[in-house]
Amino acid sequence: MKNLKKGIALAMAASLSVCMFAGCGESGESSEGGTTTPKADGTTTSADGGKVYYLNFKPEQADQWKALAETYTKQTGVEVKVETAASGTYEEQRKSEMSKENAPTLFQVNGPVELAAWGDYCYNLKDSSVYTNLKSDDFALIENGEVKGVAYVIETYGIIYNKTLLNKYFETDGAKAKSVDEINTFAKLKEVVEDIQAKKDDLGIKGAFTSAGMDSSSDWRFKTHLANLPIYYEYKADNIGSTSAIKGTYLDNYRQIWDLYINNSTCDPKMISSKTGEDAAAEFGLGEAVFYQNGTWEYQNCIDAGLTDDDLGMLPIYIGADGEENQGLCTGSENYWCVNAKASEADIQATLAFLDWVITSDEGRTAMSQDMGFVTPFKTFDEGDKYQPNNTLVKIANEYIASGKTAVSWNFPTIPSEKWKDGVGAALLDYAQNGSSDEKWEGVKTAFVDGWKTEYDAAHKDDAAAEGDAAAEGDAAEESAAEEVDNAAQ
Amino acid sequence: MSKKELRPYFLLFALPTFIAFLIGFVVPFGLGIYLSFCKFTTVNDAVPVGFANYLAVFDKNIDNGEFIHALWYTTLFAIVSVITINFFGFCIAMLLTKGIRGTNVFRTVFFMPNLIGGIVLGYIWQLILNGILARFDLTLTFSEVYGFWGLIILMNWQQIGYMMIIYIAGIQNVPPELIEAAKIDGATGRQVLGHVILPMVMPSITICTFLTLTNSFKLFDQNLALTNGLPGSKSELLALNIYNTFYGRVGFEGVGQAKAVVFSLIVGALAIAQLAATHTKEVQQ
Repeated sequence: MKNLKKGIALAMAASLSVCMFAGCGESGESSEGGTTTPKADGTTTSADGGKVYYLNFKPEQADQWKALAETYTKQTGVEVKVETAASGTYEEQRKSEMSKENAPTLFQVNGPVELAAWGDYCYNLKDSSVYTNLKSDDFALIENGEVKGVAYVIETYGIIYNKTLLNKYFETDGAKAKSVDEINTFAKLKEVVEDIQAKKDDLGIKGAFTSAGMDSSSDWRFKTHLANLPIYYEYKADNIGSTSAIKGTYLDNYRQIWDLYINNSTCDPKMISSKTGEDAAAEFGLGEAVFYQNGTWEYQNCIDAGLTDDDLGMLPIYIGADGEENQGLCTGSENYWCVNAKASEADIQATLAFLDWVITSDEGRTAMSQDMGFVTPFKTFDEGDKYQPNNTLVKIANEYIASGKTAVSWNFPTIPSEKWKDGVGAALLDYAQNGSSDEKWEGVKTAFVDGWKTEYDAAHKDDAAAEGDAAAEGDAAEESAAEEVDNAAQ
Repeated sequence: MSKKELRPYFLLFALPTFIAFLIGFVVPFGLGIYLSFCKFTTVNDAVPVGFANYLAVFDKNIDNGEFIHALWYTTLFAIVSVITINFFGFCIAMLLTKGIRGTNVFRTVFFMPNLIGGIVLGYIWQLILNGILARFDLTLTFSEVYGFWGLIILMNWQQIGYMMIIYIAGIQNVPPELIEAAKIDGATGRQVLGHVILPMVMPSITICTFLTLTNSFKLFDQNLALTNGLPGSKSELLALNIYNTFYGRVGFEGVGQAKAVVFSLIVGALAIAQLAATHTKEVQQ
């Protein structure tokens, strides 16, 4: 009996220690998990001693980046590691990875606000090929004359619609419009949407709009992308590129469009708090709704859901502002490449060489434009249609610009903080859930106007004045980015 | 081997755990306290700023009173869940020590939910509760009240089984002769429970209240999965609020860290107070 006890004790002790060592060994390995090269220890490096570590923001393109990195390593022998943060966890990943000894040499920021936090980590890209090949300075984040970040993808959003369903509606008796060209103001859009909603059973759909989900997988469509429109028109009216205190001049328009979304959708406004992005995508993909506010990045999902290129169209988001007949889609970028200034010189050079290869080599350009489907702001992609993505929504966006419509710029990178967006989102939800009353709209106003000031002051509480100016400069650049796309497309 | 023979090896045996404790707890804790006095983006570039972060935690203009709200919300949640979990856990333990047929099966069934991870449980209950609320055209994130009770139901479902096991062990340790003696003296069932069993299982109660109290205060996964703090950040418990401050707001890493320090002080103080309070009620056999 005593021996048995001893034996068990020994076995347990042994298994415990094995667990411990195994645990150590495993974690050592997993840190190399994302390496795309066969080198396991990470100490062997290429001839010039530099290596590249890209912390990618877009999970949709994770595999494509890895494949591209592998090609590069095969051709040049330079180690390129690509890690992708899971959706919505980029900030966590970036924070922990950047504190490590082998920190990413290439990472992303989404605009001036994040740049304020990460500016010290951004290498001046002034002489780099990615900057010199940019079509315009508007696509770069420039602070005090230093090029801190370079946009690598231009995206467009609006109201995607199901052409087949909409045409079906146009043929019904008493349709408020006979062709999509007639929808060029908010008033007309409202008429059509409300009529579709009334005829939803005849059309075999569940609602005019997809559910305006306020789950975190979908709420950015309204608290950020839709909020861009009142901000855009206010900036435009005041002729500014950013502000420390927003006035909310166009908030009534914001309310109009939000009302239209929630009252003419596939679900009751009370249900939106738990509707997800997948719900809306599924409703649109299955033809249960005609309109769906989203962007060019959603193209592949639409096709995967069974829609064809002929089914897809995109309208500008009309909010009832003056002169909106000439308003185009919302075009801009919130994806900027930054090279880690705190990496070793060799790694920085290796990273710059990699980026140069990505935007100049045939493999790199094909991968970015065809495999990843990016519209890029680089001159090197201008060789006919060869490096243009096969994306119907992008084509529609280009057509809008070609027809002389003014693209709406992305001003939401100038929003002072995520907290502001959360506040507006919560107020929008509160408003929708409680019968869309005037009183509840006051809550949205407070979150929008007062929240902006509070968050702006909190974010700038100890910044030097110079830093604030620089941020403003970056914002101004952002502002005219969309116009630049015009020129690029023409 | 006698105790004397073992003594020289004490350090050797304690070393691995000690090192693990040092790396996994003491160092990060120290670093965390230091960082709460700094402004930083990554932990390598911290610049000391004194007490600014702590002032920001309680400044309504900066934090929108969210930390205070989360504190009250968590306190309320802790009170309700400590009471309900322990009450139901104890009741079930009493039932399952009466020698009902299939006692072991029931014990296993009640314990099972505890084996499922918090995130998974959160999503499962989100589906269930939303499914029920959908009948009334409502959802779990309609208001923080639904989120609160949803979380209470979830935590009860998960933890009752675990506390039940501890209570069963305690109840089984009550000497039968004490109960028999009480009965011979003419004590009713209620009196036996109140004057014999309860005092005798006081050590179990200490453990269970300690576990449920600290668990409720530190709750994170379930909160994240069930409501993620929605609507707004009104159903955020403290841990989630700290997480969202740290990662969700540019330039607020230090404030998040300061909140974390305040948080650990609160939890530590509560745990000690609770242990002291229930210990005094324990009786020696």
